[in-house]
Amino acid sequence: MNITVRYFAALREALGPQETVTLPAATTLGALRDHLIASSPRHAEALRRGRALRCALNRTLAGEDAMLEDGAEVAFFPPVTGG
Amino acid sequence: MAAPRVLIQHADFDAGREIAAVRASDLGVGAVAAFIGTVRDRSHGAGPADTTRMELEHYPGMTEQAIEAMIDAALQRFDIRAARVIHRVGALAPQDQIVLVVVTSSHRGDAFAACQFLMDYLKTEAPFWKKEHRPDGTAEWVDARVADDAALERWGLKSGNAA
Repeated sequence: MNITVRYFAALREALGPQETVTLPAATTLGALRDHLIASSPRHAEALRRGRALRCALNRTLAGEDAMLEDGAEVAFFPPVTGG
Repeated sequence: MAAPRVLIQHADFDAGREIAAVRASDLGVGAVAAFIGTVRDRSHGAGPADTTRMELEHYPGMTEQAIEAMIDAALQRFDIRAARVIHRVGALAPQDQIVLVVVTSSHRGDAFAACQFLMDYLKTEAPFWKKEHRPDGTAEWVDARVADDAALERWGLKSGNAA
């Protein structure tokens, strides 16, 4: 299945605004993060565990246990700082 | 025509006009609470002036959806009649307005409370990011504040944004 991955703020500067990833079916958001971390040293640094980072699935905040479906839009971004 | 409840825009806003629009034709309104967030010239309130300008980025589509859900939550939780949020994005300078929250109610108590609730919620759960530019030409992304998570917890909601 194909997943669109989007990045914002400091993650966008490190990794670009978006990319498409092909994954086996029944993959979690956390497994997608692992897949991305393994894809390049830049990804490994930007998405490493322990780094304050939030995720959204289809434009709603989500946790790493969320299941992905074909065509999903996942976003990774730093803690938010609006207002 | 009902005004949109959430606007994300580059342009500045006129708070007086927005307040008038939110309470227009609602004769039951007895209280209006409004909050305006503005750009400081310093990253920390007590620190030196170190911010020459700011850039605000957001996640189009998600931002509007998130704030709509926050307004729905405010309407459920408080005895309010209407709410509106305008948030600017793009290039901003010290003294510029960033965000406007307007809440109308029959009485002041719920108007004040809902206005604060919406700001506390927005600060920790709406996908905006600020980048501050320094006088020496460098720039840095603003760090999330633990105090903002604590502010949301007063309402019985957990964020973990700054964790």
